[in-house]
Amino acid sequence: MPDLTAKKKRPVWYNLSPLNLPVPGLVSIFHRASGALLFLGLVWFLFLLDMSLASEAGFARFQAYVAHPAVKLSMLVLLWAYLHHLCAGVRHLLLDIDIGVDLPTARMSAFGVFIVSLVLTALIGARLW
Amino acid sequence: MKRVIVGAHYGLRDWLAQRVTALVMLAYTLLLVLALPRGAFTYAAWKTLFEHEWMRFASFLFAASVLIHAWIGMRNIWMDYVKHAGLRLALQIATILWLVGCGGWAMQILWRL
Repeated sequence: MPDLTAKKKRPVWYNLSPLNLPVPGLVSIFHRASGALLFLGLVWFLFLLDMSLASEAGFARFQAYVAHPAVKLSMLVLLWAYLHHLCAGVRHLLLDIDIGVDLPTARMSAFGVFIVSLVLTALIGARLW
Repeated sequence: MKRVIVGAHYGLRDWLAQRVTALVMLAYTLLLVLALPRGAFTYAAWKTLFEHEWMRFASFLFAASVLIHAWIGMRNIWMDYVKHAGLRLALQIATILWLVGCGGWAMQILWRL
């Protein structure tokens, strides 16, 4: 029987730093952060689409614009945000229908979300750069 | 009694909407990857892609899904982090207006072609 008179050590300080989160927790907070980033990037994406489809001259301006390293880097970040959000979303939908809910699988799939989205970003980024 | 300002009756509907719109956007992403012009990336090829009626239809569905999906996601973020009810309401209204404006722009881009 546990000693009920023993004093528990209080306060308890949990390390809530994101770096201390288990991988599924990291996927979760990155899902939210990438979503917020995509919301902010939405208007810029529309600006790019508008320019590229406006006219032949607009398309030429678009190509010159996206040739800038800062623009390319921003597009790469948004591409990563899109791919991470998409992969994490697919994982979420699978969990919804009870696929991969046990802890080892959930940890592996969370790890997979990071790997797949980063690899896809690198592959597509390499082609676009 | 202190009242907590929340909406009502949107839980299941939004839960479902978030998933249906996610599937629409996933399908559109795969469609776009398949339909992207092969070979040289020219204005003619780019424009032709979005001139197809089916592509316009799909792009419109995608845009509508983005609006609904982003609204639910951003509203959840505001609800989680912004404790002041007035400020939260203002941010939520601004989000709706912003997204509807973006939707209008997207339609203009698609139907101007």
